[in-house]
Amino acid sequence: MRHLLTYLIGLIFGLGISMSGMANPAKVINFFDVAGTWDPSLAFVMGGAVIVAFIGYRFVLRRERPVYEPAFDIPMRRDIDARLIGGSAIFGVGWGIAGFCPGGALPAVGTLDPNVLIFTLALIAGIFAARSVMRLTAQRQAKPKTT
Amino acid sequence: MVTEFTPIASLIGGLLIGAASVLLMAIRGRIFGATGILAGFLHPADRSDWTWRALLLAGMVTGPLVHALLFGQMPEIQVPVSTAALIIGGIIVGIGVTYGAGCTSGHGVCGMARLSKRSIIATLTFMVTTGLTVFAVRHLLAGGI
Repeated sequence: MRHLLTYLIGLIFGLGISMSGMANPAKVINFFDVAGTWDPSLAFVMGGAVIVAFIGYRFVLRRERPVYEPAFDIPMRRDIDARLIGGSAIFGVGWGIAGFCPGGALPAVGTLDPNVLIFTLALIAGIFAARSVMRLTAQRQAKPKTT
Repeated sequence: MVTEFTPIASLIGGLLIGAASVLLMAIRGRIFGATGILAGFLHPADRSDWTWRALLLAGMVTGPLVHALLFGQMPEIQVPVSTAALIIGGIIVGIGVTYGAGCTSGHGVCGMARLSKRSIIATLTFMVTTGLTVFAVRHLLAGGI
């Protein structure tokens, strides 16, 4: 049952992305092109999603635990560091260049559109590259300094 | 390229995205972040950690097919950029979301809804740099990457 529900939740998300226009780079880029062919549609996506999640989380997080897990797994970090801001800034540059974000592209893989597949492979390559560099820097920092 | 203003479809899509985020929290206690789900699928902690991510991704990719069943066509995907821009942009997005620990869904929807300070700052940051990048590409480089 929990497997079926998890699949259906993914499906709801994928249908939402499909209807919203988030999987359409022309609409995404036009949302940001205020000085050109502006299309404000995506404000309705963000607005609708955040309002539902804001209200829904109030009810869900009041419960002791999720239905199928022993505890909620929620990011606890509060610190604002250079990694968060730098990474987010870099993400925005890529989003502006390609017009796809991960949440928009992943459901669109189901259309088998070659542009989506190309973007998604590049996305995965970028994730692997960044993870390797992060692992290397973490190892270097963990080693005791020698003089 | 001019696109049609679609407030109703976009709002309904947004409501569904929000609903999926709430339901995932309710049953699995997890944030619905596309970046985290994909990264954990590629590098799972253990088998059961991989399974829920795989199921969620399987559901996500079937979304367009249900869209086709309901509306008689796949969602429209118009790509106004070159293949090189898709590859370069994709790699940059992958690096950015890994360091920034989230994207539009994880920070922009789930984090904002939790009023997480980190997510609010991340979202403001990428919205600004996306806007600046689009302006630079469209109006300073005259559309050419």
